[in-house]
Amino acid sequence: MGKVNTLVITGYGTNSHMETAHTARLAGSDKADVVHFSDIVEAKVSLQDYHFLIFPGGFLDGDDLGAAHAASMRWRYLHDAKGKSLLSSLKEFIDEGKLILGICNGFQLLVKLGVLPALDGKRFERQVSLGHNDSARYEDRWVYLKPNAASPCIFTRGLERLHIPVRHGEGKLIPMDEATLQRLMDENLVALQYINPETNAVTQEYPYNPNGSPLGIAGLTDPSGRVLGLMPHPEAFHHVTNHPAWTSGELDAPGTLLFANAVKYLRQG
Amino acid sequence: MLYRLEAGMLPQVSDTQGHKTALHIEKALNIPVGDVRQVKVFTVDGLEKAQVERLLAEAIWHDPVMQMASLQPLPLGDFAADWLLEVGFRPGVTDNEARTARDTAAMVLGIEREALKVYTSVQYRIQNPATGALDRATLERIATDLLCNNLIQRFRLKSVQEWQQEGFSAQAAQVTGSACDTVTIIPLSTMSDAKMVQASRENTWALSLEEIQRVLAYYQQPAVAARRKAAGLPADPTDAEMEVLAQTWSEHCKHKIFASRIDYSNHETGTKEDVDNLYKTCIRDATKTLRAQMGEEDYCKSVFKDNAGVIDFIPGYTACIKVETHNSPSALDPYGGALTGIVGVNRDPMGTGMGADLVCNTDVFCFASPFYDKELPPRLLHPRRVLEGVREGVEHGGNKSGIPTVNGSLVFDERYLGKPLVYCGTVGMIPAEINGKPGWEKQAQVGDVIVMAGGRIGKDGIHGATFSSEELHEGSPATAVQIGDPITQRKMYDFIMKARDLGMYNAITDNGAGGLSSSVGEMAEDTNGCVLDISKAPLKYDGLRPWEIMLSEAQERMTLAVPPAKLEAFLALAKKMDVEATALGHFSDSGLFEVHYKGKPVASLDMEFMHNGNPQLQLKAVWEKPQMQDVRVDAGSNEGAFLKTMLSRLNICSKEYIIRQYDHEVKGGSVVKPLCGVKRDGPADAGVLRPILESDAGLVLSHGICPKFSDYDTYWMMANAMDEAVRNAVAVGADPDRLAGVDNFCWCDPVQSEKTPDGHYKLAQLVRACKALKHFSFAYGLPCISGKDSMKNDYTGGGEKISIPPTVLFSVLGVVNNVVCSQTSDFKKAGDKIYLLGGTWREMAGSEAAQELKLVGGRVPHVEAHSALARYRLLSQLMRQRAVTAAHDLSDGGFAVALAEMCIGGRLGAQVDINAMRALEAMNRTELLYSESASRLLISVNPQLAPLVEMVFAGHICTCLGSVTDNGLLTLTSADSTILSEPVAELATAFKVTLDW
Repeated sequence: MGKVNTLVITGYGTNSHMETAHTARLAGSDKADVVHFSDIVEAKVSLQDYHFLIFPGGFLDGDDLGAAHAASMRWRYLHDAKGKSLLSSLKEFIDEGKLILGICNGFQLLVKLGVLPALDGKRFERQVSLGHNDSARYEDRWVYLKPNAASPCIFTRGLERLHIPVRHGEGKLIPMDEATLQRLMDENLVALQYINPETNAVTQEYPYNPNGSPLGIAGLTDPSGRVLGLMPHPEAFHHVTNHPAWTSGELDAPGTLLFANAVKYLRQG
Repeated sequence: MLYRLEAGMLPQVSDTQGHKTALHIEKALNIPVGDVRQVKVFTVDGLEKAQVERLLAEAIWHDPVMQMASLQPLPLGDFAADWLLEVGFRPGVTDNEARTARDTAAMVLGIEREALKVYTSVQYRIQNPATGALDRATLERIATDLLCNNLIQRFRLKSVQEWQQEGFSAQAAQVTGSACDTVTIIPLSTMSDAKMVQASRENTWALSLEEIQRVLAYYQQPAVAARRKAAGLPADPTDAEMEVLAQTWSEHCKHKIFASRIDYSNHETGTKEDVDNLYKTCIRDATKTLRAQMGEEDYCKSVFKDNAGVIDFIPGYTACIKVETHNSPSALDPYGGALTGIVGVNRDPMGTGMGADLVCNTDVFCFASPFYDKELPPRLLHPRRVLEGVREGVEHGGNKSGIPTVNGSLVFDERYLGKPLVYCGTVGMIPAEINGKPGWEKQAQVGDVIVMAGGRIGKDGIHGATFSSEELHEGSPATAVQIGDPITQRKMYDFIMKARDLGMYNAITDNGAGGLSSSVGEMAEDTNGCVLDISKAPLKYDGLRPWEIMLSEAQERMTLAVPPAKLEAFLALAKKMDVEATALGHFSDSGLFEVHYKGKPVASLDMEFMHNGNPQLQLKAVWEKPQMQDVRVDAGSNEGAFLKTMLSRLNICSKEYIIRQYDHEVKGGSVVKPLCGVKRDGPADAGVLRPILESDAGLVLSHGICPKFSDYDTYWMMANAMDEAVRNAVAVGADPDRLAGVDNFCWCDPVQSEKTPDGHYKLAQLVRACKALKHFSFAYGLPCISGKDSMKNDYTGGGEKISIPPTVLFSVLGVVNNVVCSQTSDFKKAGDKIYLLGGTWREMAGSEAAQELKLVGGRVPHVEAHSALARYRLLSQLMRQRAVTAAHDLSDGGFAVALAEMCIGGRLGAQVDINAMRALEAMNRTELLYSESASRLLISVNPQLAPLVEMVFAGHICTCLGSVTDNGLLTLTSADSTILSEPVAELATAFKVTLDW
């Protein structure tokens, strides 16, 4: 049985770290530490000591320059107090077979840093981005998601349908070109898609697809399946009473299950 | 040298924001345009060309997947723009994106942040519509009426031909000025009365002649004069001293009207009364009495003395709440005003006790109709622009700070054209014990270092406290407006929580109105003195005089009392977490508030005089009950159509457009969201959340607000607001015996003067509202723990005066022991029985139905608290055992609207016999359906539990009116005849269409 230590990174406008760490604990993580980005830069905390790294939701740098763009520059250019570049620490973390989850703003960071989708094994190259919702509005609403059973994604294994909220203004996937979009589909890197709950079909229809993302793309994985980024917030549904219609007995699988899959995978080593 | 870097969307990527701007121009200004493209412009100063080229090549400021960027003007490409409009900030205005751009560039280039300056602007490339070319004047209107707020921004406009010839030159929004230690003397001792009044007006002191004379008398005391002489200070006040006194004594900070002595005549009863301090007699003492009555059970922890009121939550935690208004700034710049309103009130819990974790926000806005179509008085903005600006300001402030907005409402009345009301409230959570001491208490110690943490000081917000203590006029100062920076504040908040838990400081408070003058002045009361060297304060730019540094209300700053032994560690932690913190002086026990600028004396005031030296106002109030005719409210025979009309009314209709743009569930504890039901579009009565994720205990946040009754009697306006807040809280599951109230008064000037000839009446309205507050606090056993007032909500301009209706927002913070006992308003299941709790009087005055039919008169709803409280307790008892399947309060629009909302939430029908309703006097059908009698609730229950409900409510007014149905129709019958039968889907459409933007 492997140990599961979860690291939730905060600071510079991240704001969903507490409930994200709480959900990781509920999912069975041995511990879930919320660590300020500055502790990583000061080398007080090392990624090495963890198995599951989560970039939670928030408003890094207030979305200035585009969501998570400025934060991606910090990860790209900064070195820690021991002189090691943050990027190489992150690369080692991934290469060691550990897991990374980026939620909403965290997903935007993974994409802008090029951790996702990493086509052709090209990590840290920006291949896709996330732009303004078609509505040009920030919106908080619950959406239905279908996991892609053919995807290598560890997190979505065995899950059939999720109902969790989106809370963003910049969640529409923008590929570098049409070929990139096609490859995301062909290589099953699309891990989660927005669906119409009546038909269970992937949809472009607003508000089921809340941002106009092409092919209903809500979340991406990398070819290893060990990195997942998604716009909706699984940690926002970790208690029955989080469900928007729990008082009428309506229920869906909680977002905690995405975390539980990660913990299970790491446990089995 | 200045460089311009332009970034715009790649041709194959849709310019969503450009399209939105085009749509916005069309909708808000009714000016059709072809389309719009937006280009972000960065103007940078202080870098070498090679450095700027590196920023471009490595895509530091743009996203190469979506955008192209260039140091040359971006080509038009396929987009045939006709006009180019560039909008940037004026010098000195907070530019958040420029700061992020600067910091990011400095990190990449490995240089100091101060080595470069960055300014952003937006270039709108606008196409003429197919219907014909727009002229320059129309473009200027688009700029000044929508895209550019001239107070804080400036624009440049070029036709495409002009742009192609000359382009836009690089323009820096730099403040020029040099460090300044000028202190001027205010020659009070030589001024005539008229000169004093003139000086007060010209300097925005908002001090009365009597107050200025009191100041002069202080300086002329022999002891004061001798001390000043010895200290090298002038005999007359310095500018800084006058400013500090004006701010400390401002209506905004000192609540002089609430503290006044009032000669109150009630002509209705023929009685006279000497009211000495409304705040003390009606609010503070009521809470004190209630706390004494509760004894051991008292759940209040800290009331009225700190930045927020504190109550017990669950063992180990206390909850605190503060609600503020930000009306005057929001009138001038709705976006900036509302943004600073929300991030400003966040700092109140942050500065309560040893500092609170922020839990949730509540926002209530009062506007004129966004569909206003008459000419606007000078300087006023169109209500739709105000609404959109305020909405966006609170969206950015709340969402970017990561605090959920769980509750709120919008209230519409034509008179809010003169001043919109923007109420922002924040709830926080403080550990009951921090480092072995109660977390809700704090105490600065003699010798503690005064440290300012967070943002820098600029000219922004100077005179906010005194400016908001005056009416809005055509010449109101623009410097009173500021733009908040939620991310700088978030970083500071993260830092403070860490420093708090490490025990690094003894006391903390926020810098709001009055800036350092206020925050340091208040904290210095703990030790009875302080010494400040104002030259140490970090400035955004040079050129501020010492008094301006003292008074600046620049945002995102907290003041802390740090023991000298912990200073080094405190400053190091701040630096590491990218937060600026600066030691400015220390707390003393000298009895003096002392300020220097590098050794040069700036101010020296006796603490006692500064805080308690202002004279008590002596005012007169006269209550004449308005003479109102009785009216019959009759909507005629088409009840179905009338119900839809009612559902579409601004004060009733769905606010989903706004709610969805606010994050209402970040922090993970959401239990009852603002929208509920199968399609998530039913209105919830109040917010419920689990602030401590490890616990199933819930906090409830509700409110009541009914200015529509103020024209009839503010006593009942207040009573109804309190009752509405309580019943909303009970409807979602709060325990009616564990509630705490917050009163926020917004009044029009109630001081009789030439400008306000009806001041005696307006003050009587205030007296009556305060009396109701006291009476109903006692009646409901509901202590108020915090409150605020804003007394000058008037506008004068163009020869016109607009006074808002007296408005009180009454917020309630409650507790639900286990969140699974909470409930929502949507019907859940066909077959459930529908009960109406409470009786109906013919109370139509101010009601939505009467307003719809343009009727004025009748009787305003009264509140019978004794039976209401019993009803709430019994309902709570049922809810604790989950015996109720839905609960909804009856308020705007009365019974028919509440029933329709429950159907809409559940998308279920209802079959109801209105003859079963308990009418307590004779009335017609419209009156029965739309009366706004207080203290009523609708509930639904499983039919098997109906006998239980009837047993529990035996002896109370509780009548079964019918059942929930699955035929999709809301059907009302009276004996054998059907009064209305409307498809719920159509009712939903009517409910949602008005603000479906």
